[in-house]
Order: sequence, then structure tokens, then C-alpha cells
Amino acid sequence: MPDRQELEQQLRSALEGAKAALEELVPTLRPAPVTPVDTSVTLAGMTMKNPVVVASGTFGFGREYGEFYDLSELGGICAKGLTLHRREGNPAPRIAETPMGILNSVGLQNPGVDAFIAEELPFLRQYDVKVIANISGNTPEEYGIMCEKLAGAGVDMIEVNISCPNVKAGGMAYGTRPELAAEVTRMAKSHAGSVPVMVKLSPNVTDITEIAKAVEGAGADALSLINTIRGMRVDVTTRRPILKMNTGGLSGPAVLPVAVRMVWEVANAVKLPILGMGGVSSGEDAAQFMLAGASAVAVGTACFADPFAPLKVRDGLAEIAAKQGLPAVSHLTGGVKPW
Amino acid sequence: MKVEKSCKIVHKTQMGDAVFMVLEAGDMVRTSYRNPGQFVHIRCGDSLLLRRPISVASCQEDYPSDLVTIVFEVRGAGTQWLAERKLGETLDVMGLLGNGFPVKPEGRYLLVGGGIGVPPLWGCAQRTSGKSTAILGFRSKDKAIMTDLFNEDCAKTLIATDDGSLGYHGFVDALVRQELEQDRNYDAVLACGPRPMLKNVARAAKEFGVPCFVSMEERMGCGVGACLVCACDMKDGSRKHVCKDGPVFDAEEVDWDA
Repeated sequence: MPDRQELEQQLRSALEGAKAALEELVPTLRPAPVTPVDTSVTLAGMTMKNPVVVASGTFGFGREYGEFYDLSELGGICAKGLTLHRREGNPAPRIAETPMGILNSVGLQNPGVDAFIAEELPFLRQYDVKVIANISGNTPEEYGIMCEKLAGAGVDMIEVNISCPNVKAGGMAYGTRPELAAEVTRMAKSHAGSVPVMVKLSPNVTDITEIAKAVEGAGADALSLINTIRGMRVDVTTRRPILKMNTGGLSGPAVLPVAVRMVWEVANAVKLPILGMGGVSSGEDAAQFMLAGASAVAVGTACFADPFAPLKVRDGLAEIAAKQGLPAVSHLTGGVKPW
Repeated sequence: MKVEKSCKIVHKTQMGDAVFMVLEAGDMVRTSYRNPGQFVHIRCGDSLLLRRPISVASCQEDYPSDLVTIVFEVRGAGTQWLAERKLGETLDVMGLLGNGFPVKPEGRYLLVGGGIGVPPLWGCAQRTSGKSTAILGFRSKDKAIMTDLFNEDCAKTLIATDDGSLGYHGFVDALVRQELEQDRNYDAVLACGPRPMLKNVARAAKEFGVPCFVSMEERMGCGVGACLVCACDMKDGSRKHVCKDGPVFDAEEVDWDA
């Protein structure tokens, strides 16, 4: 039987050992110290407090989702697409669900640029959020007139839609032909004064970098991509397409890999900053776009399932940056390491 | 501020082809009830991107949690998922959304429902505490739902079936004409059902000079008026939206020929 003193000694040293082991372990058990990640990004001179924008056409003019949360939480709002005159859009049905996507054929229903400036812009201006007006024209002149009006009204940026697949006149043609895309860009730039002009590219082309280069050459300040991909769904029983317009634009997670690929290609082809979009519904989705070369991201279709999706994307993105030890979310931009 | 809520299923019954479900909805009714005929927008699993709009059959303020009753039929993948949910499970619900029927408690209405369009009229019947009349149409006797509930909450309930297996053999608009011939002192005709039915009921109401309000249906996206997909053609050439401007419209404003 060991004597009492020896036993005490053994116990004490065992305790000391355990204590030392514990002290070594504790710091690893504590959550990593929270270093605030800088979430601000700058897109063509426009600084946003975070890189999350809501995509045009999915967020109206902000009034509806503004009933769910403070719009100042967002980096920017791309307002519903505007035309020179009021448009009632296409007949319904205008939406069809697809595997992890939706097809839409709204057809640019909007109150017209003047009504936006008079009634919607003052509402959006109540919030600490960048306001990006989105415009579509039937002629280059219409783009010019709208840019002049919007620049005068003081929007933060103008997104030029040369790619809406739903308008028979113009629309598609501008986005698929480099020389027309350049012409519209020049017209927009020459009428937008100091307001940056961002051109929204169509994915419905053989080589998106050709259009991107043409638009860059014409003086665009930024690019946004992708718009929706043309698609179709047919009801096998009635043999009718679900959409009354027969075809529409596909969005949602189904298009994400196509969009990331296109952002990557464009980022490698031009120097312009990119607003990336297409199926973003999480921080990881957004990080993919940024790594591929986007300076900011837009969330669209995800809002329909979850109105809070843009805020979750913002927080998820900051979390990823923090986990990777980045001081700023903007450090993700262009960081992809291709094989 | 509007919210999406996690709502617990506290009651579930199969009613023929329809599912009757009561949800605990927090303060949803207290904060967003306008009138009977509004809807809730329910997330139906992770693989479906779009929520499903389901009209509210009845709702009431309650403590600690308001109660919302929905009655729906399985029409596709979304409603199939919803029908498979069990008692005690929770649903991701946005609501109450839209504008329902302009019902005044002191009013007396002719409620006209067809098939799965019947449920939202129950709320109208309850709101007018036994003074209204219901005319309910179904394809056949075995498709009839909620007739006992309407019997309880209406002064009179008439049934029509397409095949004559229950009540009047024929469509509801014939019964609407019959009823209005005897008594046109209704404050309004309130109707919900398939579009051809609504069109015929609206025409009948107009013949008798009684105002008519109809609940329209269209494929919907966001449910709150942001995405603009659920367009409804109006007589003045404009396109309004079922989710935000409706689902209930004045029948006079709707372009029935669109």
C-alpha cells in the first residue's frame, strides 16, 4: 500500500497535468475572436455598405419587401425595369416553375420613367441604400431620353437592359449584336452625365465576351450579368406552353453555374467591374460569383421563397470572409484559382 | 412590418378530395387581417422555389396564437407536399395577404362558390353571422365539401351539382338567377370558383343590378406585388395583380373576354 504522502503527490501531479492540458485546450474551444469584416464594396465608383443588391424585376420598387425589413439593410436596389412610357406587359400566365428555377414572361410591365421619378424614387430615397434604375428602350434615342431624366432625378446608377428577352421590338437584338450593344451604351453614356452606366448582358449569345468587350469599348462603367436564359415548358396534357407568351426567361438556382461561368469569362475579357447574378440564394452562392470576378452580387428569384434571402446572403458572405480570415468581403473578388 | 411565420398544424381532416387544416399563426390575424377572402403563401418543401397561395377559409384572433383555417385540394407537387404534412408539423407561412371580399358584418350577401372556390366564402358567412345565403356548386355529390358548415352559418344554403347527384342539377348561375328573382335585396354577390363560373355569375348579378365581387386566380410568384407575374386583365386595358390588388375584384372591372 503506497503511503499517504506519495498518493497525495501523485494526485497533485495528475491534477497539474490535467490543468495544463485544459489550459491548452480552452482557447481552441472558444469561438474564434470576431474580427469585424468590412462588407463594403465599390462598383464603378459607387460605394455600397454591403455587396448585396436586389435584382431588377424581382423586388418591384421596394415597397412590398420594405414591409418585411428595413431597406437600408441592403447594399443596393435595382428597381423594376422602366420604359419611356407605361407598359401593361404580357398576358398571364407569366410564370412557370421548373426544376430549381422559374420561367417568367412579365414583359416589362411598369408605370413609365416619369411616374418612377415622381412617385417611386422619393420613397426609395428615404432609405440609406443605393438606387439603381433599370431601363429598356425601343430605340437608342429612348435610352438617351431616359438616362437624361434619371440622371437629372439623381439615381445612383443606371442599369441599361439590352437583354430583356420578352420585348419583340428591340430588347433581344441589342443584347445579342455587339455593334448595337455599343450604340445603346454610347447613347446612354452621353446622356447620363456623371451617373455611372452599367450594362446588363444577355446570356442568350454564343460568346458573351464579344458583347462585353463592345460595351466596354463604348464607355460603359460596369457590367451586370446574367439576365434570364430563354426557356420553355409545355403542359403535356393540353399540349400548351405554360406561359401565354410560349417562351420566357429562366432564373433561379438552375442557372447559377451558367452565370458563374459567364461572369468568370467576362471578368477575364474586360476590366470593368461586374455585378454578378443568377440563382444566388446563399452566402456561398454569392462567394462563387465574387471569386469568379464579380464586385457585387444581386439576389432575385430567391426573394420569392424567402423575402429575407438578400439579408441571409449578406450575412453568409461576411461569415465566409471571416472564416477565411479576410479583412474585407471585397477581397473575394477575382480570387478563384483556376486549374 | 410583415413577417413570415412558422405555423404549427393543430388540426387536420380529410374532407373528400380536400384537406382541412387549422394553423397556429402567432399574431398573423391580429396584424394583417382585412376581410374574408385573403390568402396565405406557403412554402412547400425545399425543392419547390415558389410558395403556394392558399385562400383562407376562416381565421380568428386567439391567444397566445391566432388561428387560420385553410382548405385545399391536391393540384400538383406543392399541394401534394402540403397534404402530406402531419399534425404538429410546422409550415413556413406568409400572410395574411391580399384584399378579400368587402364584407360588412351588418350586411347580407349571396355567397356563390364552385368546387375548391367554396372555402373562402365560409369566412364571409361567419362574418355576417347567419344572415347570408350560400349557393355552392360541385361536380357531383362525392365532391361536395363544407355543406354542413355553410348550413350552420347561413340563412339558407343551396347546392348544385353538374350531374344532379346532389341538389339542383346544373350550374350555380341558374340558382343565382332563381334566388335573385325572388329576392334582390342582397348587398352583393360574392363569388369564388373557376373563371367561367365567375363570368356567368357576374353576368347574372349584373342583370339584377346587384353588385358582384369575384375572387380571381392566377399563377403567382412572390405573393406580395413585387414580381408582377399574376396579371389580371381589366376592362380599362390595365393589368392588375391578383396577389396585391386582389384576389378579390369588382366584377365590373374585370375584362371577362380576355
